[in-house]
Amino acid sequence: MTMKRTAQRRVAADIATGPAGVKPHHADVLRELVAHLRDNRDSLCEEWMRRINSAQFLASMSVEEIQAECWSVYDNYLGTLETGSLEALESYAHDLSERIIPRSVETQEVVGIVLLLRDVLARSLFSEYRQDENTLTRILDAYEPAANRIANTVAVGFVEERERIIRHQQEAIGELSTPVLPVRKRLLILPIVGIIDPQRAHQLTEQLLHGIRNNRAKVVVMDLTGVPEVDAAVANHLVQTVEAARLVGADVIVTGVAPEIAQTLVTIGVDLGKMRTIGDLQGGIEEAERLLGYMVTPIDQSTK
Amino acid sequence: MEIPVLKQNNYLIASIQAALCDGDLIALREKLVNLVTKNRSSGVILDVSGLDVMDSFSARIMRDITHMIRLRGSRSVIVGIQPAVAFSMVQLGLTLHGVPTALDLEEGLAYLDSGPAPPP
Amino acid sequence: MDAKQLQRKLQVTIKSVPDIVTARQQGRHMALQLGFSETEATIIATVISEFARNIVIYARAGEITLKHINNSNREGIVLIAKDNGPGITDMERAMMGGYSTSGGLGLGLSGARHIVDEFDIKSDLGAGTTVMATKWLN
Repeated sequence: MTMKRTAQRRVAADIATGPAGVKPHHADVLRELVAHLRDNRDSLCEEWMRRINSAQFLASMSVEEIQAECWSVYDNYLGTLETGSLEALESYAHDLSERIIPRSVETQEVVGIVLLLRDVLARSLFSEYRQDENTLTRILDAYEPAANRIANTVAVGFVEERERIIRHQQEAIGELSTPVLPVRKRLLILPIVGIIDPQRAHQLTEQLLHGIRNNRAKVVVMDLTGVPEVDAAVANHLVQTVEAARLVGADVIVTGVAPEIAQTLVTIGVDLGKMRTIGDLQGGIEEAERLLGYMVTPIDQSTK
Repeated sequence: MEIPVLKQNNYLIASIQAALCDGDLIALREKLVNLVTKNRSSGVILDVSGLDVMDSFSARIMRDITHMIRLRGSRSVIVGIQPAVAFSMVQLGLTLHGVPTALDLEEGLAYLDSGPAPPP
Repeated sequence: MDAKQLQRKLQVTIKSVPDIVTARQQGRHMALQLGFSETEATIIATVISEFARNIVIYARAGEITLKHINNSNREGIVLIAKDNGPGITDMERAMMGGYSTSGGLGLGLSGARHIVDEFDIKSDLGAGTTVMATKWLN
């Protein structure tokens, strides 16, 4: 019994730590108030959902969905108050966010509803313990830092999840916009469209190099018709892409180079004589086929 | 660690692994030149698909081998440079200009089989 | 994933050529564990190889240290190559491409400078050289 108490006290100290420092007696207080909040679960949850409704939060979700999430959040809230473990809450917050973000729930809504719950519970504690000022103070001293930690953890978890999803989507978009197309045997076409930033250039290079290996390509036609302009840094990346492709084993023909881009390439010192450029995509493909046709047929067996 | 050199038709094939030391590469250079002369090989394939990193030293040795073999009247081709390695190399400025490359062993053999390129 | 089990620091003494391979293989492994892509880990391993080679050629002995950094803004890896060798006599020339008086082709500093996010080098005659390179996780 004594061991369990000490452990609980230590663990509850996790979330009881606030600007006021660790209060060793908080564990008992927290247990008491959690018991009270659990006893009144039904009515408090109802009250909370009423407030969510009047604040017009979660408008994109159905009543049943809101109920289900609210019960779940409520229980997790109390569980965190009780155990003091923020780790469990963090992973719950990430799971919850993963569920509700596709439902177009905004950050302010998530922060809003957690704060509403905090308020609803605070009010309940207030009305329950207000007879004795000392008790009330002890209760609130334990509750407030814990509740604030919880609100913070849920909000941060939500934001982190959103950022993760946005990054993921950006990557997917990046991959979609520079597809590597196997057209004929041993020939890849890489049509580039739009403005290229260094990150996209990097991704482009990786996709191309892997594409060359996977498709066993010997020639790549890299078409820049859809690229309005490039700065020196990106032009440099393009040159590196051509050089890296050669190292892996494929020749690159660059097509659709606008005069402005040619100018940039010359300015950064690219010897255009070294880079194989053809006017348009069609011409590039024809040249590629010529290259491939030549390579496939041995010229003269006697030179071996 | 000695690098094994295999003979296939009239070609020599050397497989270069990751954990090789500088001394091993220098020894390989000597060995290949000797073997090319001795066997009158018409081509050498350097397979670097097991190489995790190509730094300035390795790149220099690769280039040396290619030049020395060319001086012996033979041709050579480097195959199997991994995408990540190729990317690092160009960023570091190691472009291996003038050194023939091909995707893998099969392509390397096809390259050697196709004979020297005619003038453009 | 338990973050506490990640390797956050790596230190390799560089005295001879085999140590170059050890340092770059271990460095590559650590970089991959920390979340760098295959390409980025290879770049890091290549830079380690260049720095370690410089130590072997010019200073005989030194140390390569890799540290994981994780502050509030971003996360990344710092590579420190330190030796007590004779120091670099002509820094400007050393930082240009192709500088090598030893024939063993080391340095590669000019190339390395451009493929990492942050780069710093301190060298005093007779007091050794310290090179520091940082690569951030994207």
